[in-house]
Amino acid sequence: MEHITLLLGIVIVTALVFDFTNGFHDTANAMATTISTGALKPKTAVAMSAVLNLVGAFLSVEVAKTISGGIIDEAGIQPEVIFAALVGAILWNLLTWLLGLPSSSSHALFGGLIGAAVMSAGWDSVNGSTVVTKVLIPAVAAPLVAGAAAALATRLTYRIGRGTDERATSKGYRAGQIASAGLVSLAHGTNDAQKTMGIITLALVTGGVLVPDSDPPLWVIVSAGLAIALGTYLGGWRIIRTMGKGLTDLAPQQGFAAQTSAATAILASSHIGFSLSTTQVCSGAVMGAGLGRKGGVVRWSTATRMFAAWGLTLPAAGLVGAGAELLTKQGTWGVVLTGALLVAGSGTIWVLSRRKPVTVDNVNDTGAAAEPAGVVTSAVAAVTPPPAGVVADGGLKATISSPDAEPQRPATV
Amino acid sequence: MKIDWAALGSVFGVSLVVTVALVGLFTLGIVALAKRETAAARGGSAAAAATGAYACFAACAAAVAYGIYLIVA
Repeated sequence: MEHITLLLGIVIVTALVFDFTNGFHDTANAMATTISTGALKPKTAVAMSAVLNLVGAFLSVEVAKTISGGIIDEAGIQPEVIFAALVGAILWNLLTWLLGLPSSSSHALFGGLIGAAVMSAGWDSVNGSTVVTKVLIPAVAAPLVAGAAAALATRLTYRIGRGTDERATSKGYRAGQIASAGLVSLAHGTNDAQKTMGIITLALVTGGVLVPDSDPPLWVIVSAGLAIALGTYLGGWRIIRTMGKGLTDLAPQQGFAAQTSAATAILASSHIGFSLSTTQVCSGAVMGAGLGRKGGVVRWSTATRMFAAWGLTLPAAGLVGAGAELLTKQGTWGVVLTGALLVAGSGTIWVLSRRKPVTVDNVNDTGAAAEPAGVVTSAVAAVTPPPAGVVADGGLKATISSPDAEPQRPATV
Repeated sequence: MKIDWAALGSVFGVSLVVTVALVGLFTLGIVALAKRETAAARGGSAAAAATGAYACFAACAAAVAYGIYLIVA
């Protein structure tokens, strides 16, 4: 470890911070439905998810060989480019957390990498068609795949289970939900902790500490697993509330169908080789379960804000990543300044979040579920309206606003 | 640009079929267990329902085990 330079040290710490935000951003994927249907107490749920994430990190050491999966040209990538990309991804993760919007952490990382790589080496370093096949199409496909499965499964479970005593079946649904949520947590730990291990290993290789193609050292595995588990345990309660209560109202049957569909779609996609974002799969499954019940509703205003956030993930994280790379290119003072800006930005977001905190105690309150407060909302409000009191009004504005978000994608791609 | 429609299609198909099958099986198991409880409350027994329920749960447990195998492998 004696050869680790200051820059390399900063990259490693930042990668672990990203891993941490990834953990608490994605707690909702596994546990939102479990918490909102009351299958597990909130604290128990996040503790279980954290343990399974940690276990998942150790289960497989087949670390991702590339961090971007071919989206950018990684030959000769510099540690400061990785650092700039991580800054973009972390800030986007925190902002979407503040707004309580589930969005993909991997896509945020891709966005940051694209921005930083373009700033560092020009547009040629980005593989445009891979962006379409790995980010844009999965973003459309994931909610459809998981949503259709969850909707059908919800319908089926209501049909089979009708006429039975609700008290007699509730224990069963509870067990089912816990099992499928556990699978999602385990898969998340394996996938996402490995992404961080991949980043740190790549940084160590480019910094000359490790020889190319080496396995990650044990301390990398342990620290990545711990960072993601700690993030998961602290729980992104804002996002949990949106996913568990904000998008739709879930009964235990629906929660079970949604979680099973999410677990199946995640495993199927990673095994068959068309990778889908865990977050997008889970959000889609929750909406599908909402639609599958007779008389069930999906709050489209919340869903539209979420879709807008998905569309903005790549450009927004990319812009921050590009800005950060512009600074880090200037030398050591630029790296230090970027680090200071990252800390300041994260601090600001945290302070804003304190104004209307969502904690373990009020995670299941529906009152403000769809309405995150704060000045930052105005930025997103420009793209999507906050949920309006009049339903027709909100729906109308929502349909107008979504095309607005669309053209921004090609602009950055 | 090459979009792997076949892979996407199979993800869709597999997710749909497996989810519906698992949820269906599990619900059958839950319903059968509930029936047995009602029968027990009336003083009767429902061995068939109990056997069916445990068979359903065993199939679901096997699916979960396969899921874990996929994660580890």
